[in-house]
Amino acid sequence: MNHERIVGTAVPRKEGREKVTGKAVYVDDMVLPGMLYGATVRSQIPRGRIKKITFETSVAWSEFVIVSAKDIPGKNCIALIGDDQPCLASDSINHPEEPVLLLAHPDRHALRKAVDAVSIEYNPLPAIFTMEESERGSEIVWGTDNVFKTYLIQKGNVDDVWSRADYIIEGEYSTGAQEQLYIENNGMVAAYDAKQGITVWGSLQCPYYVHKALMALCDLPAEKVRVVQMETGGAFGGKEDYPSMIAGHAALLAMKSGKPVKIVYDRAEDMAATTKRHPSRTRHRTALSRDGKILGGEIEFTIDGGAYATLSSVVLSRGAIHAGGPYYWPSVRIRAKAVATNAPPHGAFRGFGGPQSIFAMERHMDRIAQVVGLSPVEIRRRNFLQPGQTTTTEQVVRELIDLGKLLDRAISVSEYQTKKQEFAIENGTGATKKGIGIAAFLHGAGFTGSGERYLSSVVGVEGCADGGVRILVSSTEFGQGTKTVLCQIAAEALGLRYEDVTIAQPDTTEVPNSGPTVASRTVMVVGKLVESAARGIHQTLKLSGMLGDSYSAEEFRAACQAYVAGHGQLRSWAQYDPPPDVFWDDEKYRGEAYAAYSWAVYIAEVSVDLTTYSVSVNDFVALQEVGRVLHPVLAIGQIVGGVAQGIGFALFEKVIWQQGRMQNNQMTNYIMPTSSDLPPIRVFFEELGNVHGAFGAKGIGELPMDGPAPAIVNAIEDALGVRFDSIPLMPEDIYDAITARSLRGEDEVASVIR
Amino acid sequence: MKKELVELKINGRTHELAIEPSALLLDVLRQDLGLTGSKRGCDESSCGACTVLVDGVAMMSCTLLAASCQEQEITTVEGVSQHGSLAAIQKAYGDWGGAQCGFCTPGFIMTVKSLMAENPDPSEAEVRAALSSNLCRCTGYSQMYAAIKSAIAAERNAMVEAK
Repeated sequence: MNHERIVGTAVPRKEGREKVTGKAVYVDDMVLPGMLYGATVRSQIPRGRIKKITFETSVAWSEFVIVSAKDIPGKNCIALIGDDQPCLASDSINHPEEPVLLLAHPDRHALRKAVDAVSIEYNPLPAIFTMEESERGSEIVWGTDNVFKTYLIQKGNVDDVWSRADYIIEGEYSTGAQEQLYIENNGMVAAYDAKQGITVWGSLQCPYYVHKALMALCDLPAEKVRVVQMETGGAFGGKEDYPSMIAGHAALLAMKSGKPVKIVYDRAEDMAATTKRHPSRTRHRTALSRDGKILGGEIEFTIDGGAYATLSSVVLSRGAIHAGGPYYWPSVRIRAKAVATNAPPHGAFRGFGGPQSIFAMERHMDRIAQVVGLSPVEIRRRNFLQPGQTTTTEQVVRELIDLGKLLDRAISVSEYQTKKQEFAIENGTGATKKGIGIAAFLHGAGFTGSGERYLSSVVGVEGCADGGVRILVSSTEFGQGTKTVLCQIAAEALGLRYEDVTIAQPDTTEVPNSGPTVASRTVMVVGKLVESAARGIHQTLKLSGMLGDSYSAEEFRAACQAYVAGHGQLRSWAQYDPPPDVFWDDEKYRGEAYAAYSWAVYIAEVSVDLTTYSVSVNDFVALQEVGRVLHPVLAIGQIVGGVAQGIGFALFEKVIWQQGRMQNNQMTNYIMPTSSDLPPIRVFFEELGNVHGAFGAKGIGELPMDGPAPAIVNAIEDALGVRFDSIPLMPEDIYDAITARSLRGEDEVASVIR
Repeated sequence: MKKELVELKINGRTHELAIEPSALLLDVLRQDLGLTGSKRGCDESSCGACTVLVDGVAMMSCTLLAASCQEQEITTVEGVSQHGSLAAIQKAYGDWGGAQCGFCTPGFIMTVKSLMAENPDPSEAEVRAALSSNLCRCTGYSQMYAAIKSAIAAERNAMVEAK
């Protein structure tokens, strides 16, 4: 076969030209004839019951299409895992951004005034806003106990270890909500006719999630619901579940009005109403031997799910499984719990629970190091998982990962030891203190546990009349390079040129359900299926006698053309088949949690200005083992982008809550990093390969979100000698901690630096 | 509100339009003229996705009154590539990973165009400072620096060849 080695090279993005010329079509660029604009009237209180809705007479209401819960043809819910979240509130209000009514009008500018002219009276009920209030249960706002989901992971007998421990070290760590802040706000266009059913075009990650939700909401059969993904301007998990809500709203307005309807949120609405990263609290109690080896521990991981269950159970699951980090625990008990509060539901955001529990683990490792009297490097090295050992879910590590070697390389490229010494001297004087911190971590690729088995994804590849090959998947491109990498995989598998392969725009009437574009699963899971379906095309051509085992790209094209001309169609399908040696127990939460893990060691260097209390990250080393790197430019882009979001998570991005509502829902007062705020982010890969992914690839997208926050906060502690266990860590928090320290008469900061 | 006739020079063409005096340039570009390359991200000059050039200066069109731009030369991303071939900065953004989801890309391209016109040989610090008016959530910006460096080199080479 005439291999051109496409995998591993930086081929151009399939949709790159459209993106750099401004020709790529995003949902707000779409205009349909006779199209109306839609808007959402939302609740104004965190909890209560609707008493009365009044339409003020200042607005010409006859010009508007108005939809309430009564207009819903099917079930009033956003079908996902559970069906508890209503599409439109009809009576009960459970958070302050709950959709109540929908309005549509031909003039976009007329809508704001109309939304303001609807007044809703309520019978308010007491609401709760923190995990602690929720756990106390004095007010039950969801189910019988405010608990969406719990998990218990048990390995060995942790109750036995406390008596033989030389050290028992406790800590509590917390992380805040984080807004995904894709630059393109959420939006959908819907059109309806009785014969075709409903069609929606939108900014989304998971076409078949929207498809399922619309079938239930509109009471339509599968063939009468069509979902098309438009070019999507960033997602990061933020367009995983909420697009089903907006699609439902646009669909209801389109059905009632008989006209196409566009709903595009403005930034303020997008930030306030749609999902964010779950706030979390993690408690560690760890038993250690004298030489710093973990004997066992208890971990309590709790997340705030907001008002409805949505994705909280799965975020919780991933967070719980990652809570032990890349370390060997002879025994452990992990109790995980997702609780309800009266805030808009929290949802998916890159890392999906991992960044929360890994922040805790990696801060806790530094605390352990201090108590035991070892360096942050040494404590990690002594506890790293080794091949053959088992994870907290008793999954045997089969990958030949050498975390000690990974750590050594990160230490070396970051000049960790030299900098440690330099900073110790420099920090003695001056108002700027420098520090350096480490985080070691892992991230599982693909759906957790039995997830991939349940998804049972299907992928298609077709030979086209012009002799080229086209990939049919529901996997969506929203910046990561899905289209590019999947085309590389098919081209490599068939020995074709990259240009010979195209990929269909996700449209549920055209592409099979290859699962959602989440969980770092696209390249590893869907990519492997693309590889296998592509090989099926060759198999068919071979069996028909049109192509031999060895061929040129031109010969392939000719054979493909001839086959399609003769048979009308050339298609090959592949469906996920779980590896035979994978076992997972859903009841005991034990076994192979993920088909593969990616591994990383990140090192952050910071300086803290003791005049302004601001933190600058001066250097950042991101070293990871993600299997084979299929596209170096895209892979580096994933890492740098993820690290930037991680830096924001640690130091910049603070959601200010009041009565369950985000107060700083603007880009001017919820601050994400700009080009001036970021250090050089130096990216390094180890490539071990992986049997499960296409051409040895594993997951990469979420991993870089996990490490930056703990590495940075570890570096800040190194600089100041003051412990911080909660993020986002703002200058005022550092000021408060240092002031409190001097008030207590403890050492001046300058003198505690070792 | 009563509409008024205005004349806007956009990408080398003059458009006579009836618009409300309060109409924002971004709305006029996107709705009245179908130039949807300039994007709406925040409506308050925070994100820079709507950046266009007004007499060569990078401006955010989401808070700019269209009527105030008469007599000025407006350039949008649609006016950057010439005769169907990509400008050096567009090609470089594609090659070097400067664009991921692409939504902020037109705004960045316009900001970089203005930077390159003003400062033909910017240091990385100057590039970072210039780009800080625009937000990108995907890339972490660093592949943009490489793209800009490469575009500057490509333009320089093209000038040498032209001589």
